[in-house]
Amino acid sequence: MDFKSSDTVTGPRAGDHLPHTAQAAVKIVIVGGFGVGKTTMVGSVSEIRPLTTEETMTQAGIGVDDDYGAETKTATTVAMDFGRISLTDQLVLYLFGTPGQERFWFLWNGLFEGALGAVVLVDTRRLEAGFDVIGRLEERGVPFVVATNEFPDAPRYPVEDLRAALDLPEEIPIVRCDARRRASSRDTLMTLMRFLHSLAMTSTRS
Amino acid sequence: MTPPQRRRRRPRERPPEPPAPPSPLAHPEGSEGEEGRDGPRNPERLYVLTGGGEDTDRAEVDLVTLVVARAAVPPPGIQPEQTALLRLCGTPLSVAEISAYLHLPFSVVTVLLTELLAAGLVRARAPIARQALPDRSLLEAVMHGLQKL
Ligand SMILES: Nc1nc2c(ncn2[C@@H]2O[C@H](COP(=O)(O)OP(=O)(O)OP(=O)(O)O)[C@@H](O)[C@H]2O)c(=O)[nH]1
Ligand SMILES: [Mg+2]
Repeated sequence: MDFKSSDTVTGPRAGDHLPHTAQAAVKIVIVGGFGVGKTTMVGSVSEIRPLTTEETMTQAGIGVDDDYGAETKTATTVAMDFGRISLTDQLVLYLFGTPGQERFWFLWNGLFEGALGAVVLVDTRRLEAGFDVIGRLEERGVPFVVATNEFPDAPRYPVEDLRAALDLPEEIPIVRCDARRRASSRDTLMTLMRFLHSLAMTSTRS
Repeated sequence: MTPPQRRRRRPRERPPEPPAPPSPLAHPEGSEGEEGRDGPRNPERLYVLTGGGEDTDRAEVDLVTLVVARAAVPPPGIQPEQTALLRLCGTPLSVAEISAYLHLPFSVVTVLLTELLAAGLVRARAPIARQALPDRSLLEAVMHGLQKL
């Protein structure tokens, strides 16, 4: 680590400070295949210029058998874009846009744990690029909605065809989205929130 | 034109999740005065105390745990990274933001934070986790906030 002095650290810009009343934060994760628009979506709704956090993962952490001694481990750095939305004076929402190498996402300790839910962005030109991540969310029981980014040359499948191809149950919302537009990204997040709310209603009724 | 076909997966069997910490929104007074404690060596399993006294809840340091410095002036003898962290946290900042501004990995920041928490130099406000029964009022607060965007 080449940390020299705290004087070299650039902190939040003037307008990027949270108020002292900020009490708690929630997070939503945006996932999807390479180049599908995750960073674009984070940036279009974030109140701060999107930032990047990183995590160092060792070989032992990425599916290779345990080895002993730090010198034999190879470290991999995984970066993650994120943005922020102050919802109220007390409550802050963070959006994490996962990077392209999906085998790492689920090993990032504490990324999906505690997340309210996930938005899966899919590019209909490469639908299968989203299959694995949807499966992993299902395995972990992370609630999610699917948003198809409408690239100009992308095939426009009817929602029923998409639902059948993605093998998604009726209740999971599938929406169209243009991640470059703030309103469209916001609507996609609202779709996720309404879905989570309906799940909460169902679980309290039963 | 037929799209490619996926096969649905089943949720894995998981051990029951530990009870989530109480929502600071529901108990705004209860979230102050958190202290660190000597944590286990594994930085992935760090805990911070979320209250004083006997019946304390423990919460892991999360990417969205909000951190605030308690002292305006960093005491002598701490690492330069920790001095920088204290300077950044004059106003609340998430662990993810600290990691981004310091250009340090998340797990390194959690180690720095554990020491600062133990020394009483910072306060951590625990994140609200997804719970077995999600808090409907929390979800509604998020929706309300998003609507204003
Ligand atoms: N037409 C269209 N283009 C988009 C949309 N979202 C993103 N793009 C474009 O797609 C390109 C890739 O977007 P990114 O946001 O970088 O994608 P990403 O998922 O973060 O990519 P990786 O992090 O590399 O996996 C950019 O040139 C965006 O401008 C969309 O909704 N519609
Ligand atoms: Mg990206």
